[in-house]
Amino acid sequence: MAKTVVLERKPLSLSERTYLPQIATGLKTTFSNMFKPKVTLQYPEEKPVIPQNYRGIPTLVKDPNGREKCVSCQLCEFVCPPKAIRITPGEVPEEDLDREHVEKAPQEFEINMLRCIYCGYCQEVCPEEAIFLQQEYSSSGYSREELINKKDKLYELGGVLPDKHYKWDKKKKAELEGNSH
Amino acid sequence: MIEFMQSLEIWQILAIKIVFALMMIGAVMTMAGYSVLAERKVSALMQGRLGPNRTVLPIIGSVPIIGPFLQGLGIFQPLADGLKFLFKEEIVPGHVNKIYYYLAPIIALVPALTTMTVLPFGEFFTGAGETIPLMLADLDVGILFILAVSSLGVYGIVLAGWSSNSKYPFLGGIRSSAQMISYELAMGLSLLPIFLWVSKPGVEVSALSLVEIVNSQHQANWLLLVQPVSALIFLIALFAETNRLPFDMPESETDLVGGFHTEYGSFKFGIFFVAEYAHIVIGSAIFTIIFLGGWHFLPWMSDPWPANWVGTILGVGWFLTKTVGLIFFFIWIRWTLPRFRYDQVMDLGWTKLLPLALANLLFYIVLVTWLDQSAL
Ligand code: SF4
Ligand code: SF4
Repeated sequence: MAKTVVLERKPLSLSERTYLPQIATGLKTTFSNMFKPKVTLQYPEEKPVIPQNYRGIPTLVKDPNGREKCVSCQLCEFVCPPKAIRITPGEVPEEDLDREHVEKAPQEFEINMLRCIYCGYCQEVCPEEAIFLQQEYSSSGYSREELINKKDKLYELGGVLPDKHYKWDKKKKAELEGNSH
Repeated sequence: MIEFMQSLEIWQILAIKIVFALMMIGAVMTMAGYSVLAERKVSALMQGRLGPNRTVLPIIGSVPIIGPFLQGLGIFQPLADGLKFLFKEEIVPGHVNKIYYYLAPIIALVPALTTMTVLPFGEFFTGAGETIPLMLADLDVGILFILAVSSLGVYGIVLAGWSSNSKYPFLGGIRSSAQMISYELAMGLSLLPIFLWVSKPGVEVSALSLVEIVNSQHQANWLLLVQPVSALIFLIALFAETNRLPFDMPESETDLVGGFHTEYGSFKFGIFFVAEYAHIVIGSAIFTIIFLGGWHFLPWMSDPWPANWVGTILGVGWFLTKTVGLIFFFIWIRWTLPRFRYDQVMDLGWTKLLPLALANLLFYIVLVTWLDQSAL
């Protein structure tokens, strides 16, 4: 335990008791502050620097080959605490050679930005690295409907992110070489 | 000028006076509006911010260079603020006393505007070598009139606090009346030495006339230098009378929500707001007149401008410069000092300023008597 030391206060001198010298010092401080550089960020023109790993609006991304990564597993829908995500799964047609072996893709993917709490669980849970909370942070609209991001909007916001695995390409290659699992 | 005036019909004189009065109201109100802007800008600068710089008018704003510059200064902001107050929904709480509730803002504003009738702000040189002070009404007891009328402003605040029928405005009203009474005394007492000093033996005109006070500082000491203590007391009392920080007891938004105007909104609040700033403008003008030599140049110097209309304009400009400087000082103090506690305000008023003002008065009584005696 730290010992409390009571300091004796020195009695104020006469000039201190008038407060005037102190007021003058204060005035000097505030005056010199007027000429210091300002910290204001002129928002719409100047944007703040977004740090790494910032959690902005959740978006869907494509891989560098322009392929949809989401396989509609609905894990994100399941994990999302405020139930902001709603997925309508759809099938990937056999003929789509680009996406062989992928069975499903979202037919519709909705994220309700009025519900989303930017927790990032969806990004964490996604097995396909298809959903990311990126740097975009401002979303606004005139109606509730406008604030439900649809699939095309999500892809537009998400864009293309580099892919380390090309999971489905590997799978295709493996099958061609004869060891499909 | 006098002969000129006498040659006119009564209605012509009336018309001229009304035009002058409207011009004066326009000037003071504009200054009040722009001191609100100055307040916001200065506070922003002192806090490392930029302050209002977004409002823009369509045509002027699109002029290259000048437009963005004016926008950056926030020149159009007072317009937007005023319009905002005008177009806001008019809400009257159900529990107020309607008549007094509506009357209060008017009572707060009227004294502020009335005092300016006796404010001289320059002098006009006639061809015949006479100088005529520029003011709406040259009253022999100008300063008394100002002291009397400006203290009526407190009724607006008290009435607002009382008619609102709710606790915070009520407390604000009580505080403001207590504060006004305490500081009025010190203010009056601080001015007495001035009158003693100005009314030299053998002077025929009244030393209570503001013009006389200004002219006594021409080519002589400013009264600020002769009577620094009076000036200090007067300044402190002025802060208290205009309800400015560190004495904004009636408002003190940290403990009283909005103080006396908690229940007010839209234009009624706007009037209170304008009244406060009009008080500051007028207060600064009065301080300039009494202590800073009014429209005269610097202490001990004669006015460097010629005795014609150019001189008139420069003199008025110089007067305005001093006044604006003081308004800046008001703002500067506000963003420097914290608010006093209520009991500290009372303590300062009664146990410090009042005795000090009395001692100051006694000192100058002795001094002036001694000077008079030795001059004989
Ligand atoms: S960030 Fe959180 S709340 Fe938003 S969609 Fe993803 S899981 Fe749901
Ligand atoms: S985004 Fe990821 S977790 Fe969500 S459905 Fe698509 S693949 Fe599954």
